[in-house]
Amino acid sequence: MANENKTRSELFKELDKVIEQWKDEPGGLLPIMQGAQDIIGCVDEEVQQYISNATGVPVSTIYGIATFYSLFTLEANGKYTIGMCLGTACYVRGSQLVFEELMKQLDVEAGKTTPDGLFTLTATRCIGCCGLAPAMMINDDVYGRLVPSDVKGILDKYRQMN
Amino acid sequence: MEFYRSQVLVCTGTGCTSSGSKDIIAEFEARIKENGLENEVKVVHTGCFGLCETGPVVIVYPEGAFYSHIKVTDVARIVSEHLLKGRIVRDLLYTHSVDEDDRIRSLDDVSFYKKQKRIALRNCGVINPEAIDEYIAFDGYKALEKCLFEYTGDEGRDAIIDTIIKSGLRGRGGGGFPTGLKWKFAKAPKSDIKYVCCNADEGDPGAFMDRSVLEGDPHAVLEAMAIAGYCIGAQQGYIYVRAEYPIAVHRLRIAINQAREYGLLGNNIFGTDFSFDIDLRLGSGAFVCGEETALLASIEGGRGEPRPRPPFPAVKGLFGKPTLLNNVETYANICQIILNGADWFASMGTEKSKGTKVFALGGKIVNTGLVEIPMGTTLREVIFDIGGGIPNGRKFKAAQTGGPSGGCIPASHLDTPIDYDNLTAIGSMMGSGGMIVMDEDNCMVNIAKFFLEFTVDESCGKCPPCRIGTRRMLEILEKITSGNGEPEDLDKLEKLATNIKASALCGLGQTAPNPVLSTLRYFRDEYEAHIYEHRCPAGVCKALLNYHIDPEKCKGCSLCARNCPVGAITGEIKKPYVIDNAKCIKCGACIEKCKFGAIERK
Repeated sequence: MANENKTRSELFKELDKVIEQWKDEPGGLLPIMQGAQDIIGCVDEEVQQYISNATGVPVSTIYGIATFYSLFTLEANGKYTIGMCLGTACYVRGSQLVFEELMKQLDVEAGKTTPDGLFTLTATRCIGCCGLAPAMMINDDVYGRLVPSDVKGILDKYRQMN
Repeated sequence: MEFYRSQVLVCTGTGCTSSGSKDIIAEFEARIKENGLENEVKVVHTGCFGLCETGPVVIVYPEGAFYSHIKVTDVARIVSEHLLKGRIVRDLLYTHSVDEDDRIRSLDDVSFYKKQKRIALRNCGVINPEAIDEYIAFDGYKALEKCLFEYTGDEGRDAIIDTIIKSGLRGRGGGGFPTGLKWKFAKAPKSDIKYVCCNADEGDPGAFMDRSVLEGDPHAVLEAMAIAGYCIGAQQGYIYVRAEYPIAVHRLRIAINQAREYGLLGNNIFGTDFSFDIDLRLGSGAFVCGEETALLASIEGGRGEPRPRPPFPAVKGLFGKPTLLNNVETYANICQIILNGADWFASMGTEKSKGTKVFALGGKIVNTGLVEIPMGTTLREVIFDIGGGIPNGRKFKAAQTGGPSGGCIPASHLDTPIDYDNLTAIGSMMGSGGMIVMDEDNCMVNIAKFFLEFTVDESCGKCPPCRIGTRRMLEILEKITSGNGEPEDLDKLEKLATNIKASALCGLGQTAPNPVLSTLRYFRDEYEAHIYEHRCPAGVCKALLNYHIDPEKCKGCSLCARNCPVGAITGEIKKPYVIDNAKCIKCGACIEKCKFGAIERK
């Protein structure tokens, strides 16, 4: 994440700009929360409270939205978010097997972060690279035409960078 | 305006970008400069060419040379040979673009493109989507101009809507409701404020038609929305687009800004008293938001839960005002209908389904990619002639259309002409256009389970039939695939399915049982094999598989036995090993380790 070295109060200052831009727009709450997810990396209780204070929307409503949409997370993700595509095209070409290998190698379940804070493993819907099926994304990089035995090498590449 | 003797078109759709087309463009630009060709050759970033399987794709005009699977290291040769010396680099060409006599075929003659008819995709892969001038050069904004100046007043607006009605265009998002009628209903209510919305929340797994239109030709959607705004009397439009489509979002932002600069969006368009503007709203990852009332609730800034209709959005929609909502591909057809007339559009297709439909071909098919075909083309033509058939010599089993709301079509229906009504009649649906091909290695019970997992996950939870009913169906399917199925399970599944269809609140729930019903209808024998014989004919469902070592192939190296975590494999060195299925936990470690492919799952 680009913002990993900033303090919470610095991040909230950045969020203030987003809030200012959308506060009076009809339907502006979602863009504000999307901004918070982008800037802070999650919409945890503190962030929900902060948005509530700034907009006057009850925390319960904000929590309801945060848990409705899959884009929002209630805790921060790891440094690398792995999104294994389990869309139909990838699924019929064996993405489930690759996904199981990822769970085995990382020793975490879907939706969880490794104890070292390096990887968060998620299953995503179609990322639109059906020509590369089965495909996965690690942050913004796409890996395609995967077989389970590719997994270890790819993960090691990221581990070595740290 | 500058003239170039040669154009290098590089696909920058999501698929090709993922396989490195950005680096290829940079390399082309560097090499072209190095050879002093920058005033003669132009590199154009385009949208998707459709043939994603062969990406990254580069097409060089005027020759129309179609280079496939291009790597950064290939660029130097294309520049020094083709662009500098005029010698096409044959070994890098897409194989099927060279005919038997070694001549280069025009793209229209390549089997993938031959049977296609590109209307919604007409500019995709042809123009630079980030340059409004290129869109305008291809008749862009001409339809809007025609509407504003030739169809004035209330009568003019009615005439435009009549044209859309006569064309026979139906909603391309899946529902298939006549588009013109929808416009008529949205025009009818008197209201100072109305909205025009575009559904770009393409959520079906394996479908990327709308994304390709937005990435390849965003102005076509903006122009059509402005025309819709003019017809129904709206001043504001919203495009609700998935946040997971960053390239589409980026290009839409550019397109909206360019259109505003040119006075094609905003106040007093073309100097008339018609004002219309468009804003983006990003979806946040909820499949149900593809349903119209849920989508509008999400634009309003809350949880995207559907509500009962009526009132329909045309009467009471976004912020309580009359709202017109169409899908991306529907809009992409509008300008062409206005320019070419209703009769032209209605001349294509079948009796009740006119024009063309874009499909995203995926799964077990040679030519994965995006195709646009006239309605009435048969599945066989799409899968075998255009799609190139099934890879690795495997046999076709089923084509899945309509995503989680659709069904699986078996080989016996391959000659069905594709249109809305035919697909519904055979237990599937048109849907938004995902077409996933499956071969004999795919288990249909497992596929039904896959779609149910999807709906259970994406059910918004508002109505009990969907929230509870789909979960119960999933539990039964899990029972069957784990080998614990009972004969009465199939009746239970059918009963639940019928009840959910009849009682769920929105389209998501009402169609959720379809994947189960259609597989039960055509592949009942597979369900029965799971239940009565504890066997998965396709060899997918783990709990039902037995591992077996082929004595012919086994070299007796003992690698499998040493890696078996439960000691289920025994034997003597240099003689075939044997797996004790009573001990085996079916982990698959032996298959991974075997160097001779001697272990099989059955």
